[in-house]
Order: sequence, then C-alpha cells, then structure tokens
Amino acid sequence: MAEYRGVLIYAEIGEGKLKAISTELLGCGRKLADDLGQELWAVLVGSGISSLAREAIAFGADKVYVVDAPLLEDYQIDSYVSVMAKVVKQVMPQILILGQTSIGRDLAPRLAFRLGTAAATDCIELAIDPDSKLMWQTKPVYGGNAQAIFTCQSYPQIATVRAKAMSPLERDDSKQGEVITIGADLDASAIRARVLEKVREEVEGIKLEEAEVIVSGGRGIGGADGFKQLEELASILKGAVGASRPPCDNGWVADSLQVGLTGKIVTPDLYIAVGVSGASQHISGCSGAKNIVAINKDPEANIFKEAHFGVVGDWKKVLPAFTSKVRELLAE
Amino acid sequence: MNVIVCVKQVIDPEAPPASFKIDPAGNKMMTPPGVSPVVDPYAEYAVEAALRIKDALGGKITIISLGANLLPEVVKKPLAMGADELVLLEDEAFAEGDSWSTAYALGMAIKKLGDYDLILCGREASDWDAGQVGSGIAELLGLPGVTLARKIDITEGRARVERVTDDGYEVVEVSLPAVITVSNELGEPRYATIKGIMIARRKEPVVWKPADIGVESSQVGAAGRRSQLLKLFQPVREGKCEVVEGDSPEEAAVNLALKLREAKAL
Repeated sequence: MAEYRGVLIYAEIGEGKLKAISTELLGCGRKLADDLGQELWAVLVGSGISSLAREAIAFGADKVYVVDAPLLEDYQIDSYVSVMAKVVKQVMPQILILGQTSIGRDLAPRLAFRLGTAAATDCIELAIDPDSKLMWQTKPVYGGNAQAIFTCQSYPQIATVRAKAMSPLERDDSKQGEVITIGADLDASAIRARVLEKVREEVEGIKLEEAEVIVSGGRGIGGADGFKQLEELASILKGAVGASRPPCDNGWVADSLQVGLTGKIVTPDLYIAVGVSGASQHISGCSGAKNIVAINKDPEANIFKEAHFGVVGDWKKVLPAFTSKVRELLAE
Repeated sequence: MNVIVCVKQVIDPEAPPASFKIDPAGNKMMTPPGVSPVVDPYAEYAVEAALRIKDALGGKITIISLGANLLPEVVKKPLAMGADELVLLEDEAFAEGDSWSTAYALGMAIKKLGDYDLILCGREASDWDAGQVGSGIAELLGLPGVTLARKIDITEGRARVERVTDDGYEVVEVSLPAVITVSNELGEPRYATIKGIMIARRKEPVVWKPADIGVESSQVGAAGRRSQLLKLFQPVREGKCEVVEGDSPEEAAVNLALKLREAKAL
C-alpha cells in the first residue's frame, strides 16, 4: 500500500461553477493532506470544464486532474464510475472524498465496490489518526441517534461528506498548482443507465439551503392549510418554509421542502420549528442552525432538547400572536 | 416480472430518541426495552415499489432478509403486504457485517435464486444509514443500477426511473435486470391485509446458511467486513432550551418574539 499517496477530492460542478460542496471538500481535504504531510488534489469530471481547474487551485488544491469529454456532459453513473475508477488507479490517492449529494451518494459506493475498498457515507467529521495515519470517519447513524467512527485499512479510503459540515478556505488566486488532463476512454455503449431528462423542482422564492431564516412545520400542523400560516411568517422574516418528513409524506407540501437526513441539510441563523416533534432524522438536517426555536404543545417533545428557545402551547394560538409581534418588531 | 427485494430487520427508528442507548460492553446499539424490531421503513418503500410493479404486470416477488435473530412476525410482514416468497440468510455468521459483507452475501443469494428481472433495496437502512448495499449488489453482480428512485415504470425489458436529485429529479432509463434503490418519495407503503397476514403466517421461509450460498463464514458478516467500527457513541446534548412563558399562549408568543429580539436572533 506504500505507493498510495495524497488526498483526492471529487469536485462537483453546477452551472459552470464549482459547487459549494466542492470548496467545502477542498477545505476539509487540505487539513487532512497537511496532517499527513501529503498533497491535496482535486478531480474535475465533465464537459467543457477545464477552466475550473484554476478555481480548485485557488480553493486549496495542489494539483487538479481534469477529465473533459462530451460524453461526460451529464452525470451518469456508468460513465462516471468508470472514469473515476480509472483516475483512482492512475493517481493512487490514500484518501478520496466526495460530497454526500445525489451524485456522491450514488458514485462513492459503486466506486468503493469496484475498487474493492470501503466507503463511509454522510461523514460530518474526518481526521487523521496520529498513530496509524488512517482516516477516522465520523458519521451519524441510527437516524442521528448516535454517531460512529469508522476506519478502512484498504486504499483509497473513501468518504462522502455532508453539505455544510466543513468550511471552505479563503479563496487565494495567487496559489500555484498543476493541471493534468486524463483521457476519458469511454465507449457510449457502456452506459446502461441513461439519463433522459432532468427536472428541476425548485420552489419559488428563497432556497432552503441558502435561507437565513427557516420556518418549518411538522406533523402537528395537520394539513396543507396550516402551512399557509408558516409561509406568512417566513415571508415577513424573508425566509423559507421547510418541513419534517410527515408533511412531505402526507403530501401537504412538496418533497423538496423536507429538512433532515434524507432531505435538505440547512444551516440558517434562525430555525423556527412549529409542531415538529424533533425526530433525530429531522434534527440531523437542522442542528447546524445558530438558533432553534420550538413551538410545540408537548413539553416532552424531543425538539425542546435541541431548541434554544421554546414555547409550550398549541401552535394555532401561539403562531398568529408571534407572527404579528414579529411584524411589529421588524417594522420599528 | 420476477422481483427480488432486500429487506432488513432493524430497531424501530421511530422509537423515542431517549430510548436509544449504546451497549457499554461493545460498540452496539441496545434494543430499547419495550420497542420491537421492525421491517426497515426504507425497505418497506422498496416492497411497495415491487408490489406496484406486480399489480401492473403480474409476476413474483421474493424477499431476502439477512441477519441473526430474525423474528418471524417482522420478516414476514412483506409477505403479508403481498410478496410471494421469503428467503432468510439467517446465521450468526451473517451478523455484524458492513456494507461490503452484506452486499456480498445478498449478491451470492441472488445469484443462487437466479431467475430475476429486477432487484430492489431501500435507499439506505435506518440503522447504519450507509446507503451502499444496493450499489454494492449491482457492482458485485455486474448489473446496472439506479439509486434513489421515487417512481419505477417497466416497459419492454427496461425500467424508466424517476431518480431524486438535489434540486428535483431525473428520468433514468435502464436495461433489465438491474438493481434499483427506492426512496421515501415513492409514497406510503400499503398496509398488510388480514388475508395477507393469514397467508404469510402459513408460509415457511427458505433458510440459507453461508454454505448454502457457496460462501465461507469468513467472507460474510463481521468477518467479511472491509471497514472497521472504531467507536459508537452518543454526543452529549447541552439541552439548554429557554422555555418562554406567559399567562396565555398569545402572551407567551409575544414574549418569545421579544426574547428573540433581545437575543438578536430576530
């Protein structure tokens, strides 16, 4: 295993830019590489994306591998796993990190099995064991009711990292780095799962992941009508509306509003949870909020263990009074 | 259409968070007292997806569950929902595996079953939340795979899948046989019917040991792991919620707004 060296991050691209998760991975990878005394590399896969290599260097990469081919225009599992397996065999990194996104959670396990190594998904912390130099991979398990630290003794050690769990470095345009092109060597016939269409289902207004204030509703809201009141408060606060899983499963709101382990991970300044019981699965998605406020009639609800401020009471009585007071305070 | 669905028995993830405790003697989650194991909720969506395909096209659904100490009333639930056959990979040797050793054992069992058009798994299991076994089976069997499906339509030997993405969904077409993992956006799984429960009660599962699927005990379960669990722990919660009060709910609401303003959270 001695010949494996370096930390490689898989940089995702969206709308012609490095996605936020990519700069977060570079920030996290930089620290791991420095702790190992090794280099940090990024790999960019796509079509017409070579110019972004400079970006990856500015955010911390020492070297960027670029696989640029028309067939790689869209993320498709068969072509991407084949390209990444080739890159890993050529580059031989000790560590490979991807984002816990719809791409990373698809690609990392396939790649790990193809390469005969193990992946740890949805990590919130990565660190180097000072003795063994192996990577400690910390991830929430049991729906967030516990955390586990995994290690893997085969290289590359593969991990996916949750969005917003890591901080990017300050952009440094003076940073120097090397760009290396790797051929895709792809045959279109190897693509067995073909993407026919991509559909965006963005809700109008502020995106949940970018909102500074989120007003979130749970099972206690009771139906789609109740969410209108949450929307009113959210609009006063220039925020977005979110939900725990039951309102999504019951069709009261769009699935895309779900905050939690299987939904969006959010880190607003203010998270107002209304009628949310606080299942660990949901808390996983919002525990990074600076202030969590809970309104729930059950004083034993788990959400009060997570919240910084709370009111025990029926939201139907609490929320209108709260909304009008907030409106008054913000108008001052 | 012959569909195989991989279903796991887990600690009920809906159990109150406070009931989750780690066994101090080992890196294991203890079964909370009074909380019965359940069929993994994510796997139930996969069972539901299989049943919808069977409703539309007919065919047979075979369930595979792997583990030790499997409870008949739990692992038979998919039969009660309408699945046809149940195969249990039940042996101490299968226990405490990771994604690798679990996918390996399931893959070998699927190979032995042989006659299949589609393999379904939940998007992840609600205990380790890894989401790797479906992808692993695809790799090990050399099959195409699609993850995070919210809708599956089968036509002429192909599956058209709506795959959940970070900002919506994409339509993926895949040749069969394939492995597809199913996400909760599929919609609520059906309930077991009384008739289904009666039928399930009479059905005897097929039980396979490692030798029955042509593997050594050292290749599955804890012995076959490729990742090591160093530590399982529960971070200490500070639990310092400031409960704002008032003579009425409305007054408490006003006080909450004032408190948030004071804390510069508004």
